[in-house]
Amino acid sequence: MMKVIIIDDEQLARSIVKEYLQPYQNIEIVAECSDGFEGMKAIMQFGPDLIFLDVQMPKINGFEMLELIEKPPAVIFTTAFDEFAIKAFEQNAVDYLLKPFSKERFDRAIQKYLSHPAGTSLQPVIDTVSKSVAQQSRIVVRDGNKIKIIPLSQVQYIEAADDYVKIMTAAGSFLKKQTMNFFEQSLSIYQFIRIHRSFIVNTQFITRIDVHEKDSHVLLLSTGAGLPVSKSGYAKLKEALGI
Amino acid sequence: MNKTISYPQRFLATGIVVWAIISFVYSIILTGVLKTYNITTTELVMDAIINNLLLTGCCLLIVNNMRYYLPRQEKYWYVLMISLGLSGLSVLISRLILWLIFRNDLHYIQSLSASAGLRFGILFLLISCMSLVSLLWYTQEEQKKMNERKADSERLAREAELFKLRQQLQPHFLFNSLNSISALTGTQPEKARHMIQQLSDFLRGTLKKDDQQWNTLEEELQSLRLYLDIEKVRFGHRLQTEIVCPEEVLALKLPSLLLQPLVENAIKFGLYDTTEDVLIKMEAIEDKNYLKITIQNPFDPETSQPLKGTGFGLSSVQRRLFLLFARQDLLKTGREEKIFITTILIPQL
Repeated sequence: MMKVIIIDDEQLARSIVKEYLQPYQNIEIVAECSDGFEGMKAIMQFGPDLIFLDVQMPKINGFEMLELIEKPPAVIFTTAFDEFAIKAFEQNAVDYLLKPFSKERFDRAIQKYLSHPAGTSLQPVIDTVSKSVAQQSRIVVRDGNKIKIIPLSQVQYIEAADDYVKIMTAAGSFLKKQTMNFFEQSLSIYQFIRIHRSFIVNTQFITRIDVHEKDSHVLLLSTGAGLPVSKSGYAKLKEALGI
Repeated sequence: MNKTISYPQRFLATGIVVWAIISFVYSIILTGVLKTYNITTTELVMDAIINNLLLTGCCLLIVNNMRYYLPRQEKYWYVLMISLGLSGLSVLISRLILWLIFRNDLHYIQSLSASAGLRFGILFLLISCMSLVSLLWYTQEEQKKMNERKADSERLAREAELFKLRQQLQPHFLFNSLNSISALTGTQPEKARHMIQQLSDFLRGTLKKDDQQWNTLEEELQSLRLYLDIEKVRFGHRLQTEIVCPEEVLALKLPSLLLQPLVENAIKFGLYDTTEDVLIKMEAIEDKNYLKITIQNPFDPETSQPLKGTGFGLSSVQRRLFLLFARQDLLKTGREEKIFITTILIPQL
């Protein structure tokens, strides 16, 4: 038996997927969810083989939800219209269904999954999340069983921590499995600068730059924290702040 | 100047007057000069005719030339060179012709040589005067055409922008509604048919209206209700709406399809920012010379971006208001705890 979860905020949109799935005797719908929070919980609880996922949903979008799951299942996106997502889908995901979709199109997506159930790496999809971070101007993290949405304006700095990054806010720090390079790139259009191999800072929080030793500087934030600045980081800072 | 037919009457009239004045002046001067040399009337008349014909030819040449080629840089050098060239050429030609006709009259030939410098000077003055007049005329014409083109393209750009602002809001709504209909067709065909009806009515309404048009609030509310009904089918119980609008306000006017993007924005903001049920509240009142409409939607102050609160919907309305009234202060947003409030003022003209 194959386990499937449908995640879409519109009941009618879920019902059409259900209807189209009816003829498939070996597919079982284990859960239906109306937002990303529920979706994440259901995925962790049931460990589905395949999910049908809408992109635009309340609170966190489909990409953000996927990003929170350690080993995401295979995904078929269902979406009405989403310029940036469609581009991403063209190269990855199992398939994407543009609403409204026909039974034939739906069956083809299922066949596609059944013929290559294992060869569906999600990494390229996750990469498009970087665009999503930039577009939404927020970072979604998992805090135990809860989901926390951090607006970029509240992020003071990001620090490297092995396979994770530590996101520092006034409410404490949050770990997220992601690379520094990912954030350096996705946040570069905002006021974030990578000042050191292990630090990306929100320039809004900078109060002072002190000389530490020859060729090295220390950045003081309004929160009182002091961050090391590398030589190349100092050059980037100078350019960005116009000093 | 006997200009081609298609040319404006005004130009023709101006040309003839200028030509007449020039010819007259030229004839008088020529007559005066030639009289001092004791020559016959035939010679005088012939001389005048030939020189005037040459002058007319030069003027025609210049006007026609400038009609197709207007110098951009070094304008005055161009005028100077062409005038010098043409006057020199005219003097030579007239001398040649007159010499051929009257070569037996030594007296006259002598006068021709003596007056060459003077003829050249006068011709030069007249031709350069004509060149300058045509230069100014055509430059002005070109400027006028350029201004017209500029105004045209600005108007087109403005219309296109307004059109685009209106269109951009449709696709998401349209495709999701079609998807809902598709879902209803299997289970509740009656409802599907009803929704197709609503969607058609709504789309017909938006197609019929144009941006320049003003409608009464009553008309706008009608299409807004259609829109809300469709959204309610999509989102089910999660979406609730409340419209407060006193009788006397219904007749007030506003630009068509201005409210819908605001409500659309409120719905999106409300529905996608919380997971609970959402109440969208709209209130219209008359305030001095304005129609004042407030739209409220719930939001989560902790997670939404203070500045990102103005989504695409709001900025497009802002832009439209600016294009219509040249004012930036007609759309305002505010917040009260968990409620986001959009206020729009529409001047009653």
